[in-house]
Amino acid sequence: MADYNLPVPVPQPESDFYWEKTKAHELWFRKCNACDKAYFYPRDFCPTCHTKDVSWTQSSGKGSIYAFTIVHRSPPPFREVCPYVAALVELENGVRIPTNIVIDDPSPDNLSIGMPVEVVFEDITDEISLPKFKPA
Amino acid sequence: MADLSRKAAIVGVDESDEIGRVSNKSRMQLASEAAFNALDDAGLGLADVDGLFIAGPSPYSMAEYMGFVPKYTDGTNVGGSSFIIHVEHALSAINSGLMDVALIVHGEAGRSTRAYPGDDPNMSGAQYEDPYGLVIAPHGYALACSRYMHEFGEERTRNALAEIAVATRKWAQLNPKAFMQDPMTVQDYHDSRWISWPFHLFDCCLVTDGGGATVITSAAVAKNTKKKPVWILGSAEGHDHGDGIGQQADLCSTIARETGPRALEMAGLTHDDIDLAMIYDSFTYTVLITLESLGFCGRGEGPDFVANQRTAPGGDFPMNTNGGGLSYCHTGMYGMFLLLEAARQLRGECGDRQVKDAKTCLVNGTGGTLSSTGTLVLASD
Repeated sequence: MADYNLPVPVPQPESDFYWEKTKAHELWFRKCNACDKAYFYPRDFCPTCHTKDVSWTQSSGKGSIYAFTIVHRSPPPFREVCPYVAALVELENGVRIPTNIVIDDPSPDNLSIGMPVEVVFEDITDEISLPKFKPA
Repeated sequence: MADLSRKAAIVGVDESDEIGRVSNKSRMQLASEAAFNALDDAGLGLADVDGLFIAGPSPYSMAEYMGFVPKYTDGTNVGGSSFIIHVEHALSAINSGLMDVALIVHGEAGRSTRAYPGDDPNMSGAQYEDPYGLVIAPHGYALACSRYMHEFGEERTRNALAEIAVATRKWAQLNPKAFMQDPMTVQDYHDSRWISWPFHLFDCCLVTDGGGATVITSAAVAKNTKKKPVWILGSAEGHDHGDGIGQQADLCSTIARETGPRALEMAGLTHDDIDLAMIYDSFTYTVLITLESLGFCGRGEGPDFVANQRTAPGGDFPMNTNGGGLSYCHTGMYGMFLLLEAARQLRGECGDRQVKDAKTCLVNGTGGTLSSTGTLVLASD
């Protein structure tokens, strides 16, 4: 952890709660009480209907791959961790988030859109844990 | 809304003195050279210019570098589409009476200067994309392309991307200024190395150095410039998410689905009236879904539309005739170079690659990660 040299998110006021929960290895999303839908990323109003009547809801952490790329070329510091899989995962509550798929030897043969995945948390610093996904 | 069709024109365009690999010049030098060259092309001088438009460096810093005191500036920066959108903003400012002559400039040492992007931590990408290595353009675009392949067929999508890459290279071979002159076969495309699956190397634009500039004037001024004016018939801009890919609701289309029809309507033209298309080709996939989004074909029909080298020299849909960002030049924000080629084609200056009797051109710039588009319909008399 001490030598982690990839970008570390800097929580902002509207995302403090999100990152506090990931640190506890839980995945929570903002939810609009009027639309009755979860949304990402966190804002203190609904980006669809713009009400401030919003709450937080915990995700099951289960979902599927919506789209992905197997990155073979990336600038430093990611160059050293190629190849890696960057993806959009669609959770059971309909929310899509950018993430990594944690898998050995990634290839189009062992990854596919629609593949079920579940959340895993990587503790990258004492304060930040990144939600990532592995095949379910 | 006011009818702004044919109320302003492109009267001057040019690149910097050199483009491609230019390691001894800064982006400010490249932009300045292009500006002076474009003004010369118009038969105007810096003293004639009222407004300065640029994306990246702030307009006042660019003006200071050039030794120029602008009366009007616009630093709209929405990625590579910015310069197309500057044309619309110039059209607006000219017709509101605030100025007569606009200079849009661009310079970028894309090849010789590379820096890891340091995002503002407040921007969504810094918290939610950068930590996962979605850090350069190929990553987000490739991710979007995987979804298209899933929805419309991997093999036919792959074949379409190859068609676009090969056709664009054929145009580059007719452009002495193009960076990539070697022939490319379909097999070369398939054999090129992976950058970010599903993208091969030849799905991706070049990374080169260069500058470009465009001069826009009122109709009155355009009557007395050196070359024949290229009229702005229609324009539209649109933006449906920010810089990253995570918030793009539909990975298989861009906001060109709105800007294309709006620009054509303003021009009073239809798709069939367009003689050539200049479509931002950051990636082969950008072209595929832009053609669909603009309405040249339906959703998922792009692979049929570009089949059989239809967009290559001699094909019935001439596109990206300069060799594109894929094979001619791509500095990082390529949109400026679409304008240069569109103007040159409509003036009939393109030599071996000249599209016969080209009178109308549709230009579409795409910025961010499929985030922003600007569409123009241009025509010569």
